[in-house]
Amino acid sequence: MAYSDKVLDHYENPRNVGSLDKNDPNVGTGMVGAPACGDVMKLMIKVNDSGIIEDAKFKTYGCGSAIASSSLVTEWLKGKTIDEAYAIKNSAIAEELALPPVKIHCSVLAEDAIKAAVADIKAKQLAKETV
Amino acid sequence: MTQNYFELFGLTPVFNIDLSKLETNFRKIQSESHPDRFVIAESAEKLKSMQLATLANEAYQTLKQPALRAKYLLELQGIFPISETNTAMPSDFLMQQLEWRETLEDAKAAKDINAVDSLLSEIRIEANELKTELTRLIDNNHDHVAAATAARKLMFLDKVTADINSVIEQIEN
Repeated sequence: MAYSDKVLDHYENPRNVGSLDKNDPNVGTGMVGAPACGDVMKLMIKVNDSGIIEDAKFKTYGCGSAIASSSLVTEWLKGKTIDEAYAIKNSAIAEELALPPVKIHCSVLAEDAIKAAVADIKAKQLAKETV
Repeated sequence: MTQNYFELFGLTPVFNIDLSKLETNFRKIQSESHPDRFVIAESAEKLKSMQLATLANEAYQTLKQPALRAKYLLELQGIFPISETNTAMPSDFLMQQLEWRETLEDAKAAKDINAVDSLLSEIRIEANELKTELTRLIDNNHDHVAAATAARKLMFLDKVTADINSVIEQIEN
């Protein structure tokens, strides 16, 4: 199966690989996994006081499409509010990367990682307010 | 072909199956349906034996591997542990997956075969624990929901084990 040029570009030059400080109250972490292919994805976002995502990093162990999906979303996330981030759909990721049907689940993984990271940051913010 | 994989080999549909019986009965079907035995047969008969050989092969591959066997057993119960829209796993489990992946990456870069070997044995222990758990959950407790999670975990472990084996090959060559 041939990867699209965009997938290859992100796979060969992944953007924003790495980690943020998970103990930072402004950092949210989302971890997801797909048992069918064994892919594991970790996405971290840093949100400023106005609720804008300032930075995003990822670490993905999986196929080219999974790496490209997470690399792409880290680019998309920067500058977005957490609510805008939450609204990102896997279909948009799949379309941008021209993923074939058998690789759609990689974009689902990326969408779920965003949702998990947003849920984590919201939980942290709530914890901060109640202190 | 209404027989399920267990029935095909005359096995009780449990997780802790009789592996030697699986092996014996698979070889038996394989030799009985071998194309050489059907050289002068009618084409309908040839086709039937070919279909049986294909089915037996598929069934054997599924039942031989614990993760696939658990998945198949759960599917017979109407539970589908693998869904593309279900990506949630316990976070400590995923954390462990990431740690293993990082250890493997470092060991690969350093060509440290000992580190790879010790990772492999650590994962084998975990996999064996999951297999014991699956026997308990499926065969004894009939707790299919908990078994689905354990089966999913075992699939991750199989994937990382396969990746470790390919790293071992790369280092050794």
